[in-house]
Amino acid sequence: MNAQSVLDVVLIFSILVLSFAMLGMMYRIVVGPTLHDRVLSLDALGVLLMGFIALISMMIHSQYLTVVILLIGILAFIATIGFAKYLEKGLVIENDRDSDD
Amino acid sequence: MKSTLMRAGYKKVSRQMNDVFLQFASKVIFFLIVMFAFNLFFAGHYTPGGGFVGGLLGASAVVLLLIAFDRKTVHKMMPIDYRFMITLGLVFAGVVPTLSFLFGTPFFQHQFTYVEVPILQELSLHTAVLFDIGVFLTVMGACLLIITLVAEEKA
Repeated sequence: MNAQSVLDVVLIFSILVLSFAMLGMMYRIVVGPTLHDRVLSLDALGVLLMGFIALISMMIHSQYLTVVILLIGILAFIATIGFAKYLEKGLVIENDRDSDD
Repeated sequence: MKSTLMRAGYKKVSRQMNDVFLQFASKVIFFLIVMFAFNLFFAGHYTPGGGFVGGLLGASAVVLLLIAFDRKTVHKMMPIDYRFMITLGLVFAGVVPTLSFLFGTPFFQHQFTYVEVPILQELSLHTAVLFDIGVFLTVMGACLLIITLVAEEKA
């Protein structure tokens, strides 16, 4: 058993584990009791997706997917901030943050 | 602003509430995202990227500022009319392919040349970059116009 096949076994096992973790996240997104649970699990799903794409890019010997990982990280970050502000203040983008209405 | 604090009666507290962490961090992260957007834009010809993804990422950088601050402050930071941005992008994307007619080549014909630069050595110049600038400006302007128009309505 050479190093390449050991790496393949490890990669496939990790992808399976991440898939089951993502299924758990999907369950929490669908039946989450509160909106906060759904937001948290959506953020964690983004992180798992980044790891998933990193494993895929190792599997197909490509370095171009690292850009996709960075992109998903930035988009998940902005989405989480938007949800957090919606939960805190009730709206995402304000017209004037010093006004009273 | 229907915050939970205001509904509880803390009107003055809510007015002075300042998102220090979010506002300071977004000022730094904005430039990181813009740098990554331009990196994607210029990587576009041979590797993944291009005008569309770069424009989307540039728009999301401004959306981060819009979330951290408000529409008035962002308009003071960047006094750009997004409709003018879309128009400029469409002019770039329309005129550059049409210019190929004047030089006797088919529509959308791609021209390139190689230039010797002292430190960077050989660089390739493409006309596709000018077309991609148009795509970048159009996508970024359209995204920001839609988002600000949706946000303008009172919740």
